[in-house]
Amino acid sequence: MSSISVKNLELYYGDNHALKSVSIEIEENKITALIGPSGCGKSTFLKTLNRMNDLVDGVKITGEVLIDGENLYDKRVDVTLLRKKIGMVFQKPNPFPMSIYDNVAYGPRIHGIKSKRQLDEIVKNSLIGAALYDEVKDRLHKSALSLSGGQQQRLCIARAMAVEPQVILMDEPTSALDPISTMKIEELMLTLKEKYTIVIVTHNMQQAARISDYTAFFLVGEMVEFGETEAIFSLPKDKRTEDYITGRFG
Amino acid sequence: MSEQKSAATILGRRPRVSDRVLKALIFLSAGITVLLLAGILIYILVRGFPNLSWEFLSTAPSTLKKRFGILPSIINTLYMIVITLVISTPIGVGAAIYLTEYAKQGRFIRLIEFTIETLAGIPSIIYGLFGAIFFGTLLQLGYSILSGAFTLTIMVLPLIIRTTEEALKTVPASYREGALGMGATKWYMIRTVILPSSLPGIITAVILSIGRIVGESAALLYTAGSVTNLPANWLTHPASSGATLTVQMYFAVSEGRYIEQGFGIALVLMVIVLLINGLTKVLAGRAGSKAKG
Repeated sequence: MSSISVKNLELYYGDNHALKSVSIEIEENKITALIGPSGCGKSTFLKTLNRMNDLVDGVKITGEVLIDGENLYDKRVDVTLLRKKIGMVFQKPNPFPMSIYDNVAYGPRIHGIKSKRQLDEIVKNSLIGAALYDEVKDRLHKSALSLSGGQQQRLCIARAMAVEPQVILMDEPTSALDPISTMKIEELMLTLKEKYTIVIVTHNMQQAARISDYTAFFLVGEMVEFGETEAIFSLPKDKRTEDYITGRFG
Repeated sequence: MSEQKSAATILGRRPRVSDRVLKALIFLSAGITVLLLAGILIYILVRGFPNLSWEFLSTAPSTLKKRFGILPSIINTLYMIVITLVISTPIGVGAAIYLTEYAKQGRFIRLIEFTIETLAGIPSIIYGLFGAIFFGTLLQLGYSILSGAFTLTIMVLPLIIRTTEEALKTVPASYREGALGMGATKWYMIRTVILPSSLPGIITAVILSIGRIVGESAALLYTAGSVTNLPANWLTHPASSGATLTVQMYFAVSEGRYIEQGFGIALVLMVIVLLINGLTKVLAGRAGSKAKG
């Protein structure tokens, strides 16, 4: 359980100033939603929280992202350890082309767990945690690709949980899913926040309103407003936030 | 509302001549292709089959005994396939991994890819000449199966690299993100996710390479030589000169005395290629289903 504190984060893709001095305190055991129109930088911001932007050529980042007092962008940071602590679930369900079991065991294996008993335990608990166990317990060794989209996404959540992270980042985790699967994942998130800090990027404002405790509104690389979700949706301070959540643009 | 539009009829079906002509042409092209292929196969089967005998398959040729056998060439061909693939597959797959996963896109990579493409287009006899001089003379391997296998390695490398690259490129970026997002190191990700999912492509590369190895004669005339003796020692055999099936066939037919036996060799070659392709596909299927769980 960790809180994340971001201070004056600037990010450039080449000449493109994609994040402009973002500062935000993400509280532990809460769901923080990042909203804003396409291209506003919310996904980019999410990715800076576990350094997935490192994969992009020509990216330049300044400022601080502190988790438990340690800066993510410190030279001494081991990215493998960082990503064990801060897991990620992506927009499109991306299970690996291997069995359900091996998908969940993937992370623990990276971090050196080999004992079958231990892995069995982790796989079972993670699947239970992601509310998928009952649906797949008889076919753990079947291909993960045989699952439905919603099941695949819950599998990806289980996979992220298997390394016992403290924070789970979710990049529009339900945008590729049908309403029923979406509902299941939203319910899941509400139970997950008891154990994890969750940061979710979403296009869907109702979703942000339904599940999140805090909401941050982004616009062209700038964090316009941040506060308790209820306050943002009922009494936005900034005119731009109000225009966006009332559907005047975006 | 003023005037109403008259209802457009949908009952206007009429034959479209150009469609039919094109369809017929396409069927014709497909038919010609299949017929040609089947024709060649049947012709070789019919003319080759009568030459097959236990003696033909199980002995070495001997002028004294007036005997034409192909066992040494079969053995040499297998040696050639195994040695070439053992060297070229790791190098080729490694190069492809470097090019797709590690190298930064830029002028250097374009230069390498251009070189690879150029290498793929060079006539094989030029590889033979190079191999004879470099491996045969400079490295003093002479006419030997090794010399031939090294030459063939250079020849099939572009094929293996290109095909593997294509396979690696089809692995979805989301797999890479997923693995790296879990904290996997790059090599761990390649080993556990990228390579298993591109295995069918790599197997295809190997099958295509086997085809080239089995079918090659020009490059081997200069490098592997034309001796058709049974191996005296299985271990040192690669260091001695040895004709593959195609080389033996070349001599058999060009001397004009063994044209029928040439067809026999052709038939054996076809069977070998079919067997090896089948075997690799079975192996690949097993590996693939294992990867998919």
